[in-house]
Amino acid sequence: MNAGFIFVTMTDDHNLISDLFRAEFSKMVAVISRLFGLQHIEIAEDIVSETFLIASQNWSEKGAPENPTAWLYKVAKQKTLYHFKRKGIFDKKVIPAISSFVNETQQELDLDFSMKNIKDSQLQMLFAVCNPGIASEAQIGLALRILCGFGIDEIAEAFLSNKETINKRLFRAKEKLRTEKIKMELPSENEMAHRLDNVLHIIYLLFNEGYYSKTSNQTLQKDLCLEAMRLALMLTEFEETNLPKTNALMALMCFHASRFNARQSNEDSAVLYEQQNEELWDAELIEKGLYFLNLSEIGSEISSYHFEARIAYWHCNKKDSHEKWDNILQLYNQLLLVNYSPIVALNRTYALYKANGIEEALIEAEKLKLENNHFYFILLGELYKDIDSEKARSNFEKAYYLAKTDSEKQGIQKKIDTLL
Amino acid sequence: MKEFALLFRQPNFADVDKLSAEEFKAIGKKWQDWAGNIAAQGKMAGSGLRLSLNGKVLKAGGVVTDGPFVEIKEMLGSFVVVKADNLDEATTLAHGCPALDSNGSVEIREIVRP
Repeated sequence: MNAGFIFVTMTDDHNLISDLFRAEFSKMVAVISRLFGLQHIEIAEDIVSETFLIASQNWSEKGAPENPTAWLYKVAKQKTLYHFKRKGIFDKKVIPAISSFVNETQQELDLDFSMKNIKDSQLQMLFAVCNPGIASEAQIGLALRILCGFGIDEIAEAFLSNKETINKRLFRAKEKLRTEKIKMELPSENEMAHRLDNVLHIIYLLFNEGYYSKTSNQTLQKDLCLEAMRLALMLTEFEETNLPKTNALMALMCFHASRFNARQSNEDSAVLYEQQNEELWDAELIEKGLYFLNLSEIGSEISSYHFEARIAYWHCNKKDSHEKWDNILQLYNQLLLVNYSPIVALNRTYALYKANGIEEALIEAEKLKLENNHFYFILLGELYKDIDSEKARSNFEKAYYLAKTDSEKQGIQKKIDTLL
Repeated sequence: MKEFALLFRQPNFADVDKLSAEEFKAIGKKWQDWAGNIAAQGKMAGSGLRLSLNGKVLKAGGVVTDGPFVEIKEMLGSFVVVKADNLDEATTLAHGCPALDSNGSVEIREIVRP
């Protein structure tokens, strides 16, 4: 065996471990936390982290085992047992709390890493983390750490923040888990609708964090979106949470994600989509989106995700027809009535221009008065472009002044340069 | 911000049945776009409540009729609630209301909460 070969196997093992970490960390933490209770979530995290540390040492010496996942579960079980026995705190605090478990398993602690228990535990963890008692930014951070297995540095990069801030935020969130006595359990039937709304909202924010990310790390952006989709997909697998709005959110994310590769070059405005190359759109994801969109139409309930999913669906038709833009406009009209936001108002005004013409759109655009929003001035600039290049220029200049990132400023400068 | 009800009155509202599907859709679009214009400014307050076209009218002597349309020239169509600083601003929002296209009117009244 030559040195080069060893190097290759080592890198492979390293990739194997980081892939496994992403895939298994959240499952293992969920299963162990279900046993210990969320008050001791750090112990679960520590046990799983130590397990992976041992794996990377052991596998780099002896090579990866035949069934790495089973190996990890086995070591995690041993470590959990060891913790139980060694730390007095567990005898006093945890064992009484889990005595029902211990009795059920004939005085012997057993971690159940069956597929079913993993899934149940993850769903409970999802509801525990997405708890309105925790600030929503902290919910997203905690979700990334506990549910998606993201490292602290990755979370910091996603939020354009530093490790220290993220650690503090996560620490406070875990404190909340304790002080609010949040349990790993599904909400009662009465609470389910309200609690599911919060879970869906956090998944939606997580997806947006990736899709409109502050970070320029494209792999990370994509990972955030994929994780959001994975969590929503999990919700569709349980009867209690597989509601039309869950499917609407799933459809919405599929349609958006289908354009991921096409929009990566430089997304600097809300209307940039016209310049995309539709050959890069992912047809398979559009198909999936349609599948979930159909499921979302069951029943009479209609959420803002329904409107957004339908809008995203129309955007998957590259052909610029009057029918398309009229439908998009009507959907934005309805979306605004249930969920106003400046960015929806701006997108709606763009749709108004495409459906009803520039004059009507300009009158309405001038009324919006979103004076602190650079997208507002980009939109005004776009609308004035062919009518009044001076007004277009002054609006683009205001947008340039307000834009927050260099890539946004560059994009706006390009627009100014193309004016006569 | 105060809240104002915009109350729409339209003559010949009963003729709505005579419209073709196309015409009906076009009118619906006008209304939606107009409401969307207000909503885009973040000034739509209530959106859930609408008055149905069906109704009854009770009159003195216990006379009940099936709808207000027959005798009243301008039928009360429906209403929306908007947010505005004052009556003038609320009135400005009412401009472009499709009820006006058919010689109807919009009445603007501040909502007073106890």
